[in-house]
Amino acid sequence: MKDETPILQVKQLHTHFFSKSGVVKAVDGVNFDIKPGETLGIVGESGSGKSITAMSIMRLIPSPPGKIVNGEVLFKGEDLLKKSEKQMRKIRGKEISMIFQDPMTSLNPVLTVEKQMIETILTHENMNKSQARERAVELMDLVGIPESRNRLKNYPHEFSGGMRQRVMIAMALACNPEVLIADEPTTALDVTIQAQILELLNKLQKELGMAIVMITHDLGVVAEVCDRVMVMYAGKPVEFTEANSLFANPKHPYTWGLMNSIPKITSKKEKLEAIEGAPPDLRALPQGCSFAPRCKHAMEQCLTIDPSITKVEESHHVRCLLYEETEKVIST
Amino acid sequence: MLKYIIRRLAMLIPVLLGVSILAFSLMQLIPGDPARSMLGEKATESQLMQLREEMGLNDPYIVQYGRFLGSVLQGDLGESIKSKEDISVELLNRLPATIELTMFAMILAIVVGILAGVIAAVKQYSWFDNLSMTGALFGVSLPIFWLGLMMIWLFSVKLGILPASGRLSNDVELNTITNFYLLDSILTGNWVAFKDVFTHLLMPGVALGTIPMAIIARMTRSSMLEVMKQDYIRTANAKGLARHLIVFRHALKNAFLPVLTVIGLQFGLLLGGAVLTETIFSWPGVGRYVYLAVLGRDYPVVQGAILIIAIIFVLVNLITDILYKYFDPRISYN
Repeated sequence: MKDETPILQVKQLHTHFFSKSGVVKAVDGVNFDIKPGETLGIVGESGSGKSITAMSIMRLIPSPPGKIVNGEVLFKGEDLLKKSEKQMRKIRGKEISMIFQDPMTSLNPVLTVEKQMIETILTHENMNKSQARERAVELMDLVGIPESRNRLKNYPHEFSGGMRQRVMIAMALACNPEVLIADEPTTALDVTIQAQILELLNKLQKELGMAIVMITHDLGVVAEVCDRVMVMYAGKPVEFTEANSLFANPKHPYTWGLMNSIPKITSKKEKLEAIEGAPPDLRALPQGCSFAPRCKHAMEQCLTIDPSITKVEESHHVRCLLYEETEKVIST
Repeated sequence: MLKYIIRRLAMLIPVLLGVSILAFSLMQLIPGDPARSMLGEKATESQLMQLREEMGLNDPYIVQYGRFLGSVLQGDLGESIKSKEDISVELLNRLPATIELTMFAMILAIVVGILAGVIAAVKQYSWFDNLSMTGALFGVSLPIFWLGLMMIWLFSVKLGILPASGRLSNDVELNTITNFYLLDSILTGNWVAFKDVFTHLLMPGVALGTIPMAIIARMTRSSMLEVMKQDYIRTANAKGLARHLIVFRHALKNAFLPVLTVIGLQFGLLLGGAVLTETIFSWPGVGRYVYLAVLGRDYPVVQGAILIIAIIFVLVNLITDILYKYFDPRISYN
């Protein structure tokens, strides 16, 4: 059974980028928590702030121009934002690790896989080189890379895309992290390989019990692996609920848009529905709801009032005036 | 890999053939008559005719070239018009001095240039970055001869702390084995000579190394800045690696490739620069020998030196290409 105390809690996270043309509020008030063994999905379009959220947790925001201006990231009760860079280096790769979107570019092309893998182990674990090498072989086996011992001597370009992502995963799991942040781990892969990687992550999570933060723009991935989901738009969470109830009963008009833009095998329509318009300029957000200019259901007050996130059902939170209205209606 | 090296070595043949044709024709095109320069202004026409006939200068060019090539292939570069010395022997005697100087200059340039470039990139826009890159801009713009003369003026004439010419002081003994004096002094454990050789190397080394140092520093900086933005550097950070591992293992090894190209090219240019430097510092190397030969219209010497320098240039390029493979495993030579 899952432990109910969250291992990672993000509270009121605000990460802004200070550019000459203005302040980009890339992450603007994100809250979530994740329990050991749980998978939390963070979904949104490009530029919605999901990757920046992940990088903020790891404290890997390039600064300048980026800065975490407010909030708390509690890992096992301790605020990571208050840690020194040196303390963070001990956490990165050991207690919280990360895998990235493009396994083609995320591995160093001029170092062997072995070198890249054992340097993580040597950095964090009290092992000598040959022990670290043995551990690397174990990890390669764990993620299902055949002929693991020989393959360690290879360079990244000698692996296929899917195999490279397996190497990335093996590297991330080297020190048995408690949280794995997966930033679009399947986006750059073929569909069949995508399924294999997701299956692998699922299997590893069951074996190792880590929590996974799965960042994706693909609702299919969410359906496959996530327990709970946070939908982000323009740096803010707009809907936060259990994965099942998101699919069964999506509440936010943006989530409806996302759902409609998934191609369905049963549908006879030739043209995919898209959400009209483009994500807003984060330097100059509209006064009211950020989504209002693209929202088919926008009301007059949506353009002036920025809604707060409200609980509409048990463990289902939405940031939309439609529901604030209904609540008001219900309460009057 | 071995196949590739052999193929590259085989490619030396046409390249050197081309160089030999160029060296030969260059000397035919330059106005002036070797026979006259040997015999002097007062020689009679019949004396000149006789000498030309003896030297084969009346034969068709193609015959002259064939003769030249034939003896070159036997390792015979002919003899100097002026001193009658065997050119191959003279060049080989002077080569260690030139190689020692260029190696010294190049190592200086590589070590200082790369270090400055890396620090400037890692601390972009810091005072160090601004200072070193301004310095590098001056470095590439300074003419070698001017820098050399200024250093002699300051360190030898005004301060009197560094010797202005030669490889070794007259009163210092050194048993030569390889003719690389720095190496010889280490091999014989002669530390007095080592210090003396080193102080002699310092100024010509700096004069010769300044331009490549500046170019390497700028190249390293821009290449490092590019690499530090790559995804794999983010991965290395996310793994919690120490800063020095990220900079030197992950970034520098990737950033080094364009720097290596520059180093290879600069090495070739250095051989040309050595002519100036050796002349200023009276360095008894190939450069000064060539300079004196050009002044004295000593054609065979110039031809021989051009060939030797071309061979070194091509070999350095070959070594550079082989080193690429070490720094970037994605490069395949098959």
